[in-house]
Amino acid sequence: MNRAVWLWGILFAIWVLLSWHFTPLLIVFGVATCTIAVWVGLRIETVDRESVPVHLVLRAFLYVPWLVWEIFKSNVRVARIILAPRLRVDPSIVHFRASQKSDLGRFIYANSITLTPGTVTTGIVGDDFEVHAIVQSEIDGSEENDMNRRVAVLEGEAAQ
Amino acid sequence: MDQVAAAASWALLLGGSFFLLTGSLGMVRLPDVFTRMHAGGMTDTMGAGMILVGLAVYNGPDLIAVRLLLILAFLWFTSPIATHAVAKAALSGGLDPYTLEGGPAAAADDSTGPRGGDAAGTAGGATS
Repeated sequence: MNRAVWLWGILFAIWVLLSWHFTPLLIVFGVATCTIAVWVGLRIETVDRESVPVHLVLRAFLYVPWLVWEIFKSNVRVARIILAPRLRVDPSIVHFRASQKSDLGRFIYANSITLTPGTVTTGIVGDDFEVHAIVQSEIDGSEENDMNRRVAVLEGEAAQ
Repeated sequence: MDQVAAAASWALLLGGSFFLLTGSLGMVRLPDVFTRMHAGGMTDTMGAGMILVGLAVYNGPDLIAVRLLLILAFLWFTSPIATHAVAKAALSGGLDPYTLEGGPAAAADDSTGPRGGDAAGTAGGATS
């Protein structure tokens, strides 16, 4: 129920940010829309730890800046590969184990891998990740381990 | 202060344009759908990201800037899912990823690897 309140607050904040009109009519529309959305969410039982991960928000402030910097670095790497006079790609699909406990943690890790250019998650079975890399040697490096560890910290399941 | 913001926004817009252009070039140069996904990932992470942040800086800190950053947040949440869907569809459609040892795309190429130009059109294995 607490999560439903959070969800309503987030939805209404987005409504206000996108509308920024404070006439009574539009505020009532916003309140009604958010309430109906949360009610439908509760009715189909999707307001849970996975869909409203408010417990991650504080730790995400540490993770997201690091992820943006990682994305920048791998963008530069892929740009160099593309712009090199001779294309030196060595693509392959590799498998490795992820150490996240929950599906949500795996989802964040998989999306982080895909978001950094040069690596795309193509499949997950249990904790086995199947990742396509544009240059095979890059995925064996410490950076994937680093991201794996940081997402496991972000997920925070072990701390509980 | 105005000049600093203007310079920063220009740098960000030019940087974003560079990544968009490089990503588009990668779409043409890279050998198959899987490697091209990585180029596509460049355009919607750093390409769109630097341009949107550059526009927000150019605009100054107000509601428009917040909305521009919201667009970026939604884009970064959704684009990896789209990329993953493309990869999954290509794999379950039976497309073998290009490898240096010789995938279907490499069979049409010379032994020195992909060189761009016409050879880049082999994503579907259509060229002979």
